[in-house]
Amino acid sequence: MAISEAEVKKVARLARLAVPDDRLEAYTQNLSNILNLVDQLSAVDTTGVEPMAHPLDMMQRLREDVVTETSHREKYQSVAPEVEDGLYLVPKVLE
Amino acid sequence: MSQADSIHTLSLKGIHDGVHTGKFSVMEATDAYLDRIERFNPELNAYITVTRESAQAQAVDIDNRIRKGELTGAMAGVPYSLKDLFCSEGVRTTCASNMLSNFISPYDAHVAAKLKAAGGVLLGKNNMDEFAMGSSNETSAFGNVCNPWDTTKVPGGSSGGGAATIAARLAPMTLGTDTGGSIRQPASFCNITGIKPTYGRISRYGMIAFASSLDQCGPMAPSAEDCAITMNIIAGLDSRDSTSVDLPVPDYTANLNGSLEGLRIGLPKEFFAEGLDAQVGAVIDRAIKEFQAKGAIIKEVTLPNSHLAVPVYYVVAPAECSSNLSRFDGVRFGHRCENPKDLMDLYERSRWEGFGDEVKRRIMIGTYALSAGYYDAYYLKAQQVRRLIKQDFEAAFKDVDVIMGPSCPTTAFGIGAKKDDPIAMYLEDLYTIPVSLAGLPGMTFPIGFAADGLPVGMQLVGNYFEEARMLNIAHQYQQWTDWHTQVPAQFA
Amino acid sequence: MEWETVIGLEIHAQLATNSKIFSGSSTAYGAEPNTQANLVDLGMPGVLPVLNKKAVELAIRLGLAIDAEIAPRSIFARKNYFYPDSPKGYQISQYELPIVGLGHMDIQLENGDTKRIGITRAHLEEDAGKSLHEDFQGQTGIDLNRAGTPLLEIVSEPDMRNAKEAVAYMKKLHALVRYLGVGDGNMQEGSFRCDANVSVRRPGAEFGTRAEIKNLNSFKFIERAINHEVERQIDIIESGGKVVQETRLYDPDKDETRSMRSKEDANDYRYFPDPDLLPVEITPADIEAVRATMPELPDAKKQRFMAEYALTAYDASLLTLSREVADYFEAVAQGCGDAKLAANWVNGEVSKTLADNEMEIAAVPVSSAALIELLKRIQDNTVSNKIARDVFAAMWNGEGSADAIIDKKGLKQITDTSAIEAVIDEIIANNPGQVAEYRSGKDKLFGFFVGQAMRASKGKANPNTLNDILKQKLEG
Repeated sequence: MAISEAEVKKVARLARLAVPDDRLEAYTQNLSNILNLVDQLSAVDTTGVEPMAHPLDMMQRLREDVVTETSHREKYQSVAPEVEDGLYLVPKVLE
Repeated sequence: MSQADSIHTLSLKGIHDGVHTGKFSVMEATDAYLDRIERFNPELNAYITVTRESAQAQAVDIDNRIRKGELTGAMAGVPYSLKDLFCSEGVRTTCASNMLSNFISPYDAHVAAKLKAAGGVLLGKNNMDEFAMGSSNETSAFGNVCNPWDTTKVPGGSSGGGAATIAARLAPMTLGTDTGGSIRQPASFCNITGIKPTYGRISRYGMIAFASSLDQCGPMAPSAEDCAITMNIIAGLDSRDSTSVDLPVPDYTANLNGSLEGLRIGLPKEFFAEGLDAQVGAVIDRAIKEFQAKGAIIKEVTLPNSHLAVPVYYVVAPAECSSNLSRFDGVRFGHRCENPKDLMDLYERSRWEGFGDEVKRRIMIGTYALSAGYYDAYYLKAQQVRRLIKQDFEAAFKDVDVIMGPSCPTTAFGIGAKKDDPIAMYLEDLYTIPVSLAGLPGMTFPIGFAADGLPVGMQLVGNYFEEARMLNIAHQYQQWTDWHTQVPAQFA
Repeated sequence: MEWETVIGLEIHAQLATNSKIFSGSSTAYGAEPNTQANLVDLGMPGVLPVLNKKAVELAIRLGLAIDAEIAPRSIFARKNYFYPDSPKGYQISQYELPIVGLGHMDIQLENGDTKRIGITRAHLEEDAGKSLHEDFQGQTGIDLNRAGTPLLEIVSEPDMRNAKEAVAYMKKLHALVRYLGVGDGNMQEGSFRCDANVSVRRPGAEFGTRAEIKNLNSFKFIERAINHEVERQIDIIESGGKVVQETRLYDPDKDETRSMRSKEDANDYRYFPDPDLLPVEITPADIEAVRATMPELPDAKKQRFMAEYALTAYDASLLTLSREVADYFEAVAQGCGDAKLAANWVNGEVSKTLADNEMEIAAVPVSSAALIELLKRIQDNTVSNKIARDVFAAMWNGEGSADAIIDKKGLKQITDTSAIEAVIDEIIANNPGQVAEYRSGKDKLFGFFVGQAMRASKGKANPNTLNDILKQKLEG
């Protein structure tokens, strides 16, 4: 299945990727090729087949409700682009 | 020839014995590898970061502890490297991406901590395909890696830096990861041994995720015995990874010498069909005959849905990665664009600039496959077919003990040959991906060279949690052959 | 023409765990920014979530209390969206197969009737962090301490038909959450938040287009916000317009809702099962283990109060709104032996004084034992109900025990008939006109004489004795 440039733009926006206009065509072509490869799946009869989300049929292990952490704010924020007063800074968020 | 000149020819056991009997120190072993890296890495680009200073500091400490008898284990005093997607505390961890080019990890991955505690010496971080997305190590933001067997060829990917590192003996062992073949394919291209254990056998904590339901860490080294020794250190339950399995860990070195008499080896007919390069096929056939000669029983099996594995993988893996990579948003770590004009701009530009093309393609495909109106047709469908693929293997394992076949359809291809054709690149992994989708353990071990002079690896697939048996089989093969000890003359 | 309002509520209750839902960080409120955000909460590369057992147990607890099915197998999913307070770029929530399935809760309407409200589901999810919009050189600050705090989102059916029903449902659920120890329900700290889906229709018609009103964090606001939204929608339709499906934010200062267009931009959440988490299995034994620790539920308690203490449904439902009030009442009822008297006092003076002082029962300065002492003085005619209220006020102010206050202030009731007779004789003598009128049939004047006599006795005359004697003398 081919994907249109408009759809690629929409997907890029959802994924927060600023595709420049001059790259749009190349991306559209590549993504269409991948979708063509993937389209083989539509012909497979999967009636009654349970979707497989995990390779192993295991159940979730649960953690005891214990606080095990102490603050390492300085260390963790040492890799942050911009912090002030212990807060991560981002351009003004408007609600 | 001084002792230091031959340390790199030793196995893990050889290095361990050397430092424990006082033949050479941990520092000497460490320096031997650091010197080789300095000498050969410029040509191969197998390392992104070399941790010379911390390695030497570690070596001093470990020498002391070995002398005091505090450290005796199989990894004590043994140098190693890590694929650059394992978080290592205080060390730059880049995932070969501009997104993380300055990311100093504040913590150790589970396996990194295990090797550290066992007394290993971290030499550095290996190059790879960006975020492990690629089969040639050409998507790295830190430049491509060259195959030591022919530096005009790719080493495979995504653990290409690690495979080249082992092939050129720039470390005696490295940890790679395998999502769709990223250990097995480069192992095949570079004439080394590598194992991707059963999904869940080794904790993924601290391994930067590509596709969570597929990613699995595993050792890469010259021999199966080296891999077994490493597996003993890193396998097992980790309470921080919900998908890590709570099953006893066998001693992987205990059964390396078991007999292969009566071993039932299945050959999937689909892996020997059209698409397999004839010269690779010839090497595979010869090795199979060698197993037969040692008493193994060869049977044909069928994996009728295996041709669907690549399409399934290119829905499942991108879907998971599109979500896994959302955390790289320029807020708490990683690349942030200059002067964002608003929040959207911060996100869109930081991510556009930080990620390379292949990563962005996969994020977009995954986003599309999960989006409203397409989820059922792509993601759900792929999950259903994934089960069919798993069921194929379950049926095959009713008749055979292990499955063998090629790891890749060809030997290493030329640098740049498939770079602009993602689909051709994806099809490189058609024999390894089905195994990943099923979550089964798979490994590659060297079985010789094709007519073009490049290495060929055998893919060995075991049933769930049968790593010990697989290592036994590969080890036995390595007792009667010496392919795995061969090093390109240039790097000898 | 008439309009019918249709309301469904989505309530987020923070669960009373010590640690976060997927990490070992503390959930305590009010810490310095980002000091309770560990590697997992920050969404650092490579980290993985592990589910908190207590969060699962608390969800089961609420599920059992609303008579819901507990899913034997439930699934966590990722809800993908970019927002600075969502560190991973997705929220771990539940989509298909939530932990708590279809249940219900009965609410008491103002007219005394009971109405059953369906509860569609309740699912576990992680909370987001907080965006602080104070000026940081024109930027927003992000505090991720709250990120990963466990929430139970409880989704009702669109079964409520006016704002009062919605408030009754929310109050009852709030009480239930606290009763069960599922959460602390602290609305100021955001531990109990509500989103309302509101639409209007002609009675009997299909559901209208709904608007979702976000972040209603007080009972007062929810009622006002819904009423406002209903008016807004009716105005739109009656003036020929169409209601748009959208998210709206209630502004309590302006008492209006406004559109949150920013949230509308990309609401394709791309839910899919979280590959880092496995299905959660809940066995019948797990459910029974939780059931064994369940306290008596409010409805059961209400029925028991009605049967055991002969209370009206109204009294009993007020007394069972919170576990602490119910416990207080039971202590008083048992201590004084008169449940009706105890109920009147707890629902009356005690509740009223708490409300006047904006206090919770936990902080009540008059203990159940102290109140029992006071009620005993009513029962033995030491003080009248009216005087007792004054004594109660003094007790509240910390002036001492009931007996000490009665003593000190000389409030002991006069039951000595001769003393009361003397007072009445004097009043009759001083008011010949009124006496004559009364005797000629103006019964209403009886109250006048009671008032005069009470005033003369400074309120201390036993009202029954006074009434009897007054009647005798006036008719005499």
